[in-house]
Amino acid sequence: MNAGRFDIYLVGVGGQGIGLLSETLLRAADHAGLAVRGVDTHGLAQRGGMVASHVRLGAGAHSPLVAAGRADLVVALERHEALRGAAAYLRDGGTLVYYDAVWQPLSVRLRQEAEVGAAAIDDECRSRAIRAVRVFRGDLSDPRMQNMAVLAEICRLGLVPGVNAGHCEAALDDLLAGAMLEKNLALFRRLAGG
Amino acid sequence: MKDMGDMLLRRQAFSEIVMANTALVRAMIEAGVRVAASYPGSPTPEIAAAIASMPAERRPFYFEFSVNEKVATELAFGAALNGHPSVVFFKSVGLNVAADTFVQLALMDIAGGLVVILGDDPGAHSSQNEQDNRHFARLAYLPLFEPAGPAEAYAMFKEAAQLAREKRSAVVLRLTTHVCHAKEKVSFAPYRPQAADDAPRFDPAAAAFVPIAAAVFPMKRRALARLEDFRAYGEGSPFHDRRDNGNEARGVITSGTVFLSLLDALEGSGDPPDVLKLGLSHPLPRALVSAFLRRHRQVLVLEELDDVLEGEIRALAQAQGIATEIIGKQDMEDWIGEYTPERVAARLERAWPGLLPARPAAAGSRLALSPRPAQLCPGCGHRSAFHAIKKALSDRDITVADIGCHSLGFLPPYRMGQVLLCMGASTATASGLALFNRTRRVVAFLGDSTFFHAGIPGIINAVFNRHELTLIIMENGTTAMTGHQEHPATGKNFNGAAPAIPLRRVLESLGIASIREVDAYNQERLTAMVREAVAEEGFKVIIARHPCMLKFTREKRRLGKWRRTPVAVNPSTCRRIHECVSVFACPSFQVDGEGAVRVQDDLCIGDGSCRQTCPAAAIEGGGPGGAQ
Repeated sequence: MNAGRFDIYLVGVGGQGIGLLSETLLRAADHAGLAVRGVDTHGLAQRGGMVASHVRLGAGAHSPLVAAGRADLVVALERHEALRGAAAYLRDGGTLVYYDAVWQPLSVRLRQEAEVGAAAIDDECRSRAIRAVRVFRGDLSDPRMQNMAVLAEICRLGLVPGVNAGHCEAALDDLLAGAMLEKNLALFRRLAGG
Repeated sequence: MKDMGDMLLRRQAFSEIVMANTALVRAMIEAGVRVAASYPGSPTPEIAAAIASMPAERRPFYFEFSVNEKVATELAFGAALNGHPSVVFFKSVGLNVAADTFVQLALMDIAGGLVVILGDDPGAHSSQNEQDNRHFARLAYLPLFEPAGPAEAYAMFKEAAQLAREKRSAVVLRLTTHVCHAKEKVSFAPYRPQAADDAPRFDPAAAAFVPIAAAVFPMKRRALARLEDFRAYGEGSPFHDRRDNGNEARGVITSGTVFLSLLDALEGSGDPPDVLKLGLSHPLPRALVSAFLRRHRQVLVLEELDDVLEGEIRALAQAQGIATEIIGKQDMEDWIGEYTPERVAARLERAWPGLLPARPAAAGSRLALSPRPAQLCPGCGHRSAFHAIKKALSDRDITVADIGCHSLGFLPPYRMGQVLLCMGASTATASGLALFNRTRRVVAFLGDSTFFHAGIPGIINAVFNRHELTLIIMENGTTAMTGHQEHPATGKNFNGAAPAIPLRRVLESLGIASIREVDAYNQERLTAMVREAVAEEGFKVIIARHPCMLKFTREKRRLGKWRRTPVAVNPSTCRRIHECVSVFACPSFQVDGEGAVRVQDDLCIGDGSCRQTCPAAAIEGGGPGGAQ
């Protein structure tokens, strides 16, 4: 990472809520006083394909795109995508935080390839001095809130320098309203506080 | 930004983190746009989503989704003739559809001014090609701005709208996918609503508007003269960006978002080249560019996709006897894909070895995972339809795809739709494939929004010229791929209720005698219908209908009426035939190393369309799925 700069690459499968997660991090960083830019992939990707989002924090970043192999933090919402994201985007010595859901890609469902197991992620991370943080909650009422569980863990462990739980709550308050806000905030507070 | 509509209509100045597509709408409001039109296509639909965020009664301009890009352009043109500042926006390949209209615009005297916003797609993220529409601006003698990010898109739109009005012209604003969707904090000016002038001010005596035969030439002279006006403006336009690093040896000329990739790539370089970034890249500001060339011994022209600027700059250097070495595209790969920061870094290294500081090699991983392509959603009627249709066809038969969600049927395991051209092309392509062909049956697919967009001429042609094929219309009741916009059969338009135009009625009015209709979940019946239809002579149509389930479940959720009732695989009756996983292939079915099948409850919507596919009847629970 360059002085004061922090690049985040987020990845998941269409429908998992990567968009809300990246928008929340972007706005949380803005609340923390950091310069922000980023870009989401839209369009076809929402149909169960890989969805990626780039978030760049700190002054001096120009392109909204994180360069391959240069991300300081990779955030993933699915195990196969966690490995893909770490392999392609994470710098050696960076951090991977992922929700351990498994949405098998077509090649696995057609039994052309084996499912990615926890060991494959461990091997990749160990060989490249990557800190791996696995998130899994058996008690979520709605799978679409897995992104909140990951956001809470990012805040609890302080994985984004300068961004804390208060900034994330302010960002959620910018983006959501009514019952949606209450539900997400309640889960976020419960997990980020612990 | 709790309420985007409130934000967009705010009177006072403010700043907010927005994507360029959103920033453009604020620019339209501030610029006094009265009419906007579009046909949905990535990367531009979020412009319409931002427009929709403003309550209809507070929306300062009229907007419609027209039936296609050509119609949208004509609508905006007509409004602009009456003096209304107008805008039309669509995706890259939409310009091909609008081309017949677009190439005429420069000949016209457009009192209100017309801004054409293009969403080009280098990298083909959501398109069937990555065509470089900078060519089209040249073909049509129209000026073209290339913003690099949201703040520039906002500022350049306002400039483009003002220039268009001043010069009674069309002006093109070309964004690319990662400009449309890029997010940054943009400072917006105050919004001062102006009293609207509704008077229809079109004056046929004010200028020539009918380019027939010899009347074309004075109109073309006016177009070319106006282009020179834009060039003169471009020489001093504040939208070019120069980075003077005091480097006499090396310079880079670039435009758009490639400029941002370049700045990232140059970070840490001890002797960075000077940079000229063109904001208005057509017509080329010749004096500005030649002065830049003369100041450097070598100039790299760094442009994504085609060598449009390179050709013009080489011609300029030749004409002016400038000896500067111009470095352009070097191999075929330079013409392909997005110019990301790492691509640009590699490009710089190739042109000027040692320019960039040695960095630790990027990512030490050598892992290569299979890609995860987009696929049909759980519960999608197209999956059910393909599963059923495939049973009625042989491997030798030919299936022709069109644009839409059903295009994804080409992926394994379905492999339905073996050739794909563009919007509405399936019926006529299939008609050609059927000529002289007595052995391989030909089946075309077409979506319902595409039917209205460009599908009808091919269908009329099949009737008119008596072609032999089966057309299967995959009707999901929406424009699904681009975010569920209404179309002429839905009974609604962007602004409210509209007369529904049922597909069947259109087909019947054309005199098509063989029309069948079925719910796409009813696989047995659909298979039987396809068998019957392909055995008949002539042009046959089957409408395989099921509502888009992504839209359906979202709407239910919004109403709080959503109940998750996933199916389950009964392990005691499952015989591991894997029809559900490997042939029907709904992503909800997952398989472990031993071959046991389970349902991923996060994904299954409980539609139950899968139950009928299991030879062992091991899939239990879920909704009615085809039984209705």
